[in-house]
Amino acid sequence: MLYFSKLRVFSVLIFTLIISYFTISNFTKVDDEFFSKNIKLGLDLQGGSYLLLEIDNEPVITQRLQSKVLEFKKFFKDKDIKVRNFVIEDKSIIFDVENSKIEDVKSLLDDDKSEINPYFQQYKSHQFNFENMDTSFKLEFSDYGLVLLKNSSLDQAIEIVRRRVDEVGTNEPNILKRGNDRILVELPGLDDPGRIKSLLGKTANLTFQFISSSSEESFGTEKLSFEDGSSEAIVSKRIVLSGDNLMDAKPTMNNQTNETVVSFSLDRVGAKKFGKATSNGVGKRLAIVLDGKIISAPEVREPIIGGNGQISGNFTFQSATDLALLLRSGALPAPLNIIEERTVGPDLGKDSINAGIMSLIIGFILVVAFMFYKYRFFGLIANLALISNLFLLVGILTLFEATLTLPGIAGIILTVGMAVDANVLIFERIKEELKNENNSIVAFDSGYTKSRTTILDANITTLIAAVILFFMGSGPIKGFSITLGVGILTTLFSVYFIARLITAYYVIKNKHKERLI
Amino acid sequence: MKTIYFNKFYKSFNILSGILIIASLVFLVFKGLNFGVDFKGGTLIELRTDKSSANITKIRDSFNQMNLGDVSVKNFGNETDFVVKFEKQNSNDPQFIEEIKTKLSNSIGTVDFRRVENVGPKVSAELLRSGVIAIALSLAAMLLYIWIRFEWQFSLGAILALFHDVIITLGVFSVFSLEINLSIVAAVLTIVGYSMNDTVVIFDRVRENLRKYADVKIFELTNISINETLSRTIITSVTTLLALLSIFIFGGEILKGFSLAMILGVIFGTYSSIYIANPVLVSLKVSQRTIVKEEKE
Repeated sequence: MLYFSKLRVFSVLIFTLIISYFTISNFTKVDDEFFSKNIKLGLDLQGGSYLLLEIDNEPVITQRLQSKVLEFKKFFKDKDIKVRNFVIEDKSIIFDVENSKIEDVKSLLDDDKSEINPYFQQYKSHQFNFENMDTSFKLEFSDYGLVLLKNSSLDQAIEIVRRRVDEVGTNEPNILKRGNDRILVELPGLDDPGRIKSLLGKTANLTFQFISSSSEESFGTEKLSFEDGSSEAIVSKRIVLSGDNLMDAKPTMNNQTNETVVSFSLDRVGAKKFGKATSNGVGKRLAIVLDGKIISAPEVREPIIGGNGQISGNFTFQSATDLALLLRSGALPAPLNIIEERTVGPDLGKDSINAGIMSLIIGFILVVAFMFYKYRFFGLIANLALISNLFLLVGILTLFEATLTLPGIAGIILTVGMAVDANVLIFERIKEELKNENNSIVAFDSGYTKSRTTILDANITTLIAAVILFFMGSGPIKGFSITLGVGILTTLFSVYFIARLITAYYVIKNKHKERLI
Repeated sequence: MKTIYFNKFYKSFNILSGILIIASLVFLVFKGLNFGVDFKGGTLIELRTDKSSANITKIRDSFNQMNLGDVSVKNFGNETDFVVKFEKQNSNDPQFIEEIKTKLSNSIGTVDFRRVENVGPKVSAELLRSGVIAIALSLAAMLLYIWIRFEWQFSLGAILALFHDVIITLGVFSVFSLEINLSIVAAVLTIVGYSMNDTVVIFDRVRENLRKYADVKIFELTNISINETLSRTIITSVTTLLALLSIFIFGGEILKGFSLAMILGVIFGTYSSIYIANPVLVSLKVSQRTIVKEEKE
């Protein structure tokens, strides 16, 4: 165990130097992307906001079922099958079929190639499962159909979330999918997530609907309340224009009324629709509805043909800016709920870094002093291994751009404390061997050999704990598992290559001295 | 070095451990653990006041007036720093935290919210579940590993030592109502790793000695092995404790619970490697035959 070839010595040295370079690159500035890597700080150290959003898919499911009902009606009409009593209830479609056609409907629903099963060709699975009781059929989304629906609404939502966050212009946001109905948003450096939260909390479904002349709610109209809660109005369900046709929106000042408004421009289709509707509706009031609440309902004085318009509604400059932003970025497919939020102010982050570094330095000095006191010269070797271990650990974390968190720093300190274990096991074994063996080279060699399985066993157990934490933990805890796990690997390297190399060199030179250790 | 007769005290320490485990279980069952917002849901606010005149009572009073459910206020390190926890969590209302801040400033003066954690009931239930799974999984993985590496008698000893450490550490947290959060789960997992590590080192030596000395009884043999590895046990525990103490004292309030759990775990882990794991070998009458038989197979 004490022999090292020249090539090996050389490669250990080069490897250590290269990795250590990346540790140092955290503290220097170089004009090169690869060589100026910095360790990434977690939100708990640099300050920032972590938001976990969950999509409420229920409206999407209902919406999808509604459009499916229309599809079914048309499909069965074409096939000359009478179906009636369509109801959407408890996330499923229920309908009745005339007695003679039950079997036909069953086989149509089962048919892989029929038009109402468009998914089958592509995914080899039905979008709906159906149950049949007498003349009644009940259809609900199959597991597969549901996953597909959730994935598509998640994909849309994540795109909209990204646009909204980007528009606010925060520093390097991190937006990720979590499972099939959650979105993780990390906003470094943001200490008040209030504005982002209010932007993400809105679906931003914009519609233009005429106010009905009747004062009673009837078929084709609905009762909606005004945004400020002041009053209610009966609004026609027919949607003149929706936010989909919006090309741009920005806050502006209306020179005549001297109030802040949101002006928008429409795409060609939208401009045409809007022109037609306003030409026919001169004199009527047009309600501008956002997420089921009326923002304002101005009277149409003349046809609006150019495709440009304004939304007024007691805006402050800030609220007009936010509304314009929401309209530009588009509507979410479904409402988002914030189910977890963690925000750390930049001050606390800085304090945590300082406390972490302070305890690292003190812990390091204590351990190094103790090792020197216990083993003298060999203590120095173990300490050298410890220092290179630290450089390797931080270097690898930097190279792979791992995220350093406060528990991660604790993991580094813990590594400092536990890393000397391997060298202690070896040194103690060598001491025992030296009791019965006069040749120090033989004693050192067998000390290394005999302690090897123990050291591996001992480190593998800690590694198991670190790996499980990595897969089960989240955020800061993941950071801890990374430093702990990587720390074990660098410990083994520094003990078996660096410390052993120096020990070997020293022992071979001083083989005739007594009481080497 | 002089031999210490650890084996003389196997019985008395086993009784002590038994009492501690039963006491811990009683506390865990009847008093339970003090779960933080990670596992219970709710809101945590770490705040700093600009005057030292603000005290816990004042802060609690003003929070109590806001209808936020059960409120707890604790000093957090500095005299001007406090941690407030309450049941209500309403992250969907973007103004929720802002309103609390305004109301609080009106009653106690300028405050700075240094940290806000808001965990919904669904998420906290999931976090708790995955924490429990993580601990169970790591215990199972350790069991599997040691089963592959050692004979079953050794596995049993090591696992009993692990359970001993985890139960008593959690027991201490229950007795003193210390908060259990995500970082405590990380600490418990690390304790599991450390305790195993310590036991494995002694067991490796026991096995080696079983091969070497055919006619020494296991009662003596465990003592020899403990003594032979004793200086390593002490040195490693000391360096690990030095590192942990440094985190505990200088690492800031957030890491206090974490490092305390680890310190307890290291102490119990070192103790249990000697006084739980080894007596198990003795009572299972492990002998040279145990390992020779296994190796023949």
